[in-house]
Amino acid sequence: MPRADITDLFRIDDLLSDEEKAARDTVARFVDAEVLPIIGKHFREGTFPAHLVPRLAELGVLGANLQGYGCAGMNTVTYGLILQELERGDSGLRSFASVQGSLCMFPIHAYGSEEQKQRFLPSMARGERIGCFGLTESDFGSNPGGMRTRARKEGDHYVLNGSKAWITNGAIADVAIVWAKTDDGGPESVRGFLVEKGMPGFSAREIPGKFSLRASVTSELSFQDVRVPASNVLPGVVGLKGPLSCLNNARLGIAFAVTGAAIACFEGAREYAQSRVQFDGRSIASYQLTQEKLADMLQEIVKAQLVGLRLARLKDEGKSTPVMVSLAKRNNVKSALDIARVARGIYGANGITDDYPPIRHMLNLESVFTYEGTHEVHTLVLGKAITGIDAFN
Amino acid sequence: MKILVTAKRVEDPESKIKVKPDGSGIVQEGLKYKINPFDEIGVEEGLRLAAKHGGEVVVVSIGTKDVQEQLRHALAMGATRAVWVNHAGALDQLGIAALLQKVVEKEKPDLVVLGKQSIDDDQNQVGQYLAEFLGWGQATFASKVESLESEAEKNKVPAVALTADGKAVRVVREVDNGLATLEVQLPAVVTTDLRLNQPRYASLPGIMKAKSKPIEELTPEKLGVDVTPRIQVLKMSAPPARKAGIKVPDVATLVEKLHNEAKVV
Repeated sequence: MPRADITDLFRIDDLLSDEEKAARDTVARFVDAEVLPIIGKHFREGTFPAHLVPRLAELGVLGANLQGYGCAGMNTVTYGLILQELERGDSGLRSFASVQGSLCMFPIHAYGSEEQKQRFLPSMARGERIGCFGLTESDFGSNPGGMRTRARKEGDHYVLNGSKAWITNGAIADVAIVWAKTDDGGPESVRGFLVEKGMPGFSAREIPGKFSLRASVTSELSFQDVRVPASNVLPGVVGLKGPLSCLNNARLGIAFAVTGAAIACFEGAREYAQSRVQFDGRSIASYQLTQEKLADMLQEIVKAQLVGLRLARLKDEGKSTPVMVSLAKRNNVKSALDIARVARGIYGANGITDDYPPIRHMLNLESVFTYEGTHEVHTLVLGKAITGIDAFN
Repeated sequence: MKILVTAKRVEDPESKIKVKPDGSGIVQEGLKYKINPFDEIGVEEGLRLAAKHGGEVVVVSIGTKDVQEQLRHALAMGATRAVWVNHAGALDQLGIAALLQKVVEKEKPDLVVLGKQSIDDDQNQVGQYLAEFLGWGQATFASKVESLESEAEKNKVPAVALTADGKAVRVVREVDNGLATLEVQLPAVVTTDLRLNQPRYASLPGIMKAKSKPIEELTPEKLGVDVTPRIQVLKMSAPPARKAGIKVPDVATLVEKLHNEAKVV
């Protein structure tokens, strides 16, 4: 369905090139036809719609912003628009694409050897190999430098021990990019390891009981004396800047993407408010309280879209910084979450069921609020940039 | 095999179309546009035939620079190159068919596949005129065979298929109360109906590749066609707004109203 005219009040469409719009529209069409009709059921049943992976690959979504190796080679703006449309479908599906593209294919593309790129990237673009990204541990979320997972060098192998938590795609992944400290080193010794499914000692377990991202797989990874060949170490980066650069890319995509969920909630709530009649035959949209809610939603969507687009353009010009990414992620995710909550309210009692999408988006966005740098950590990144004082230490 | 397909730029059927107060046309401000859905089905059918028998698909559109968006869409779906007839202003169906005739004479395709009609003014004339102007056979309203056979069986006999000797196409078409199968000697004109196929999504690599595919620019003057319309649109008006319905308390009242007010039972 095309957007309501009011949603693009600021004619942001006019700031996009024909290809950018064409890419967005092709993914939008896919989401309307193939995602929206089935995603509610997957969320309810807590299943990942794996049948969509080859379809996403066929569209060229996986690693769409990378050059060569079977990837589409699109700019950051287009990548953001693609993710925004997937997010309009479901944050779980978008998270799958973010992890596959930004967190797995990107580090192999940026830091991998030619042999690693040839071996992994084309099959990951085709969706034949699924990737996951292991940085967070159960005791080390916002502070990845404290990680306990270690790799000990033994001849031409590394022996990996430890565990990772909250790993999107974990239990369905064919390859995990695992960040571990090497030998007795500190955070400066962190290296990236390509741990493949079936390596003895490597296991993944789904985390049960999630109320969020239910159409996505979230897992714990465990490594017990996993022997990883040295040829599976990413040669191009040492230290925490490796994983952080991946996160910076993924966060940018997320900041752009979440507006898709906000738009879905806004447009749904607007339509619902216009058709829902209470009291003397008037729609609830005719009441000032509802109008204020819708006005607030639209205002935040316009702002978030402009922030996302500007950030992606800066990235394409090579001028984006992590502080900008923090501001965008912080603003856009919080506003999308607020919009989803208010939309949920407009739907009244109907809003608490999964017959309508806002509660699904709302619950999903609670994860997005926390992952990829919590809202609080991004606040402190901004605080440090503003005052020069590091509140982490 | 060379196949020529069309990509008319039409208003997105899902946007809200408003007629100008003076009835001279529709309000274009804020409208979204897309490729005519019947033409998109034609592009898809052309791509499938070309994939099966080898050859290329060339896409043509007529209009201002804006139609390049629809040409790029067809190129992103997989067409090899595009022909753009640059023309601003009104055109009637005879003019469109005359322009297409010249493009066909220049391109010499084996087959032209175009939508049975465009969803803006729903004329359903261009394919037929074009076949007549060219002196070619035509098979209109190509449609999928609806049968109880398995998917595999259905796919064995596509609705538009080249005959074994490669000299004709066999086309299943929708007619009143059923389907007719025609065999038309090549070169020929085929027009597409809604149920012929499900067009593919333009893939992201396809969109990137489309950027560098050539679009050849022609004009009615270059083609030597006088496109002065013979038909003039005098006035457009929106259909009258429907009055709100009423709720009736029970079946008896419903029957009473249908009988006495609507006079249908």
